Amino acid sequence: MSGYFRDLLDGTKSLAVGLGITFKYMVGPVITLQYPHQTLPMQPRFRGHIDLVRDPETGTDRCIVCGMCQKTCPSGCITVAGDKVEGVKKKALTLYTLDFTKCSLCGLCVEVCPADAITFSKDYNLAGRSREAYVFDLKKRLEERKG
Amino acid sequence: MNVLAQDPALETFVLNMGPQHPATHGVLRVKLVLDGEYIVEAEPVLGYIHRMHEKMGENRTFAQFMPNTGRLDYLSALSYNHGYVCAVERAAGIGVPERAEYIRCITVELNRISSHLLWLGAYVLDLGGFTPLLYAFDDREILLDLLEGVTGARLTYCYFRFGGVYNDIDDDFVTGLKGFVKRMRTRLPMYHNLVTKNIILRKRLEDIGFITPELCRKYGATGPVARGSGIDYDVRRHEPYSVYPEFKFDIPVYPKGDSMARYLVRMDEIEQSLRIIEQGLDKLPSGPVMAEKVPKILKPPKGDYYHAVEAARGAFGVRLVSDGTNTPYRLKLRSPSFSNLSLFAEAAQGLLIADAIALMGSLDLVIPEIDR
Repeated sequence: MSGYFRDLLDGTKSLAVGLGITFKYMVGPVITLQYPHQTLPMQPRFRGHIDLVRDPETGTDRCIVCGMCQKTCPSGCITVAGDKVEGVKKKALTLYTLDFTKCSLCGLCVEVCPADAITFSKDYNLAGRSREAYVFDLKKRLEERKG
Repeated sequence: MNVLAQDPALETFVLNMGPQHPATHGVLRVKLVLDGEYIVEAEPVLGYIHRMHEKMGENRTFAQFMPNTGRLDYLSALSYNHGYVCAVERAAGIGVPERAEYIRCITVELNRISSHLLWLGAYVLDLGGFTPLLYAFDDREILLDLLEGVTGARLTYCYFRFGGVYNDIDDDFVTGLKGFVKRMRTRLPMYHNLVTKNIILRKRLEDIGFITPELCRKYGATGPVARGSGIDYDVRRHEPYSVYPEFKFDIPVYPKGDSMARYLVRMDEIEQSLRIIEQGLDKLPSGPVMAEKVPKILKPPKGDYYHAVEAARGAFGVRLVSDGTNTPYRLKLRSPSFSNLSLFAEAAQGLLIADAIALMGSLDLVIPEIDR
């Protein structure tokens, strides 16, 4: 019987202690961020989907069309195509598409690229209505970024 | 007036818990045969989230399987990353620089804390307490930001590489981590006051959901489940890997075997992980974080290799059979939750449904890891 009353006493005390803690947080500063209106700064290493890097010297991409990213990608979501162009030593990039529906954001392609031609974008607010909206033409994106 | 049932089989009924159920934290179905509120039989049914990870491993090169390891257990993805990377390194004979080993240990322990914090919040939520979840997520958020800063992702890190790690840690991470360790040390007593000592939680966990050491051995349960039954087994101590022998830490063992014991093991493990992180930061050597001369196309010699690590849920093992080509012949993943779940059928017999939920939560199941 004494155990019953001790439980009752200890239990009431433990509940009061718990309530005290929650009360302290209730009157404490608010830690929640009101997301769409407030955002946190992006981490520099954030891995978004990939994007082509612009070469400051030539003003275009730095891709040498070696196809390493395409070969390394575990999900096979990168398609690269290139062509020989008159007057340029290296192969010129004609097509670079990323099927973001399959991408798992592992970053192996960026790591393997010998020319440092791709990087991670900081896009995270991605929403769309069709599957095709997520097949990104990265070359087009690069050109659009210019203008 | 009590009347004995003519046919006991007619007195029971079958209830499906899951595949979609708030207390199973994933697509796990448990077929319960109930006699009133008491469980006569509980049969876990798997396969709702089977993604053939092991088969995928056979069809990809060693590096291409890396992102998969983060998808097995999304709560402590780095431990699984670590297990796989260590197995391949053992097979291919790749050495790892010391700094990289320390970074691996620090980040894995960080991940263990974040996993245990999420478990704490979700477990108390299962038992009907909502507030601790918010406090636990507050702490976990700091951890995820720290890990995002160094790995680039919040959950599916894919951070370790054969022969090192992807990125070196910077000063921001080190100062942030020191601040976190300090903060967490003040938060743990708060959790104990708010949750552990709470009479409602204690009445729900103490002397309920017993798991005997024999049951653990029978089903191969590891991790906090085994340690909560008095089995002093931790891969970090008993099959040391990486630089864990350099650290001083205790392995919390509670012999009682009830749900409370498993709860306390995890709470103590958070504290031990903080100790490991502190020592790791003190001892952190300088140097490269990636081994030189890691071949681009890995072709480990023919053979059978195994490496186990202590994940947040128990021993995670990778068995790698190589036939000398650039893809494994067989990749067997031994996941802790699968073994831990297997004993549920036996341990849940005779419990009330509400107590079985408490028992299941104390196993800390992650369903994608069970189904693989």
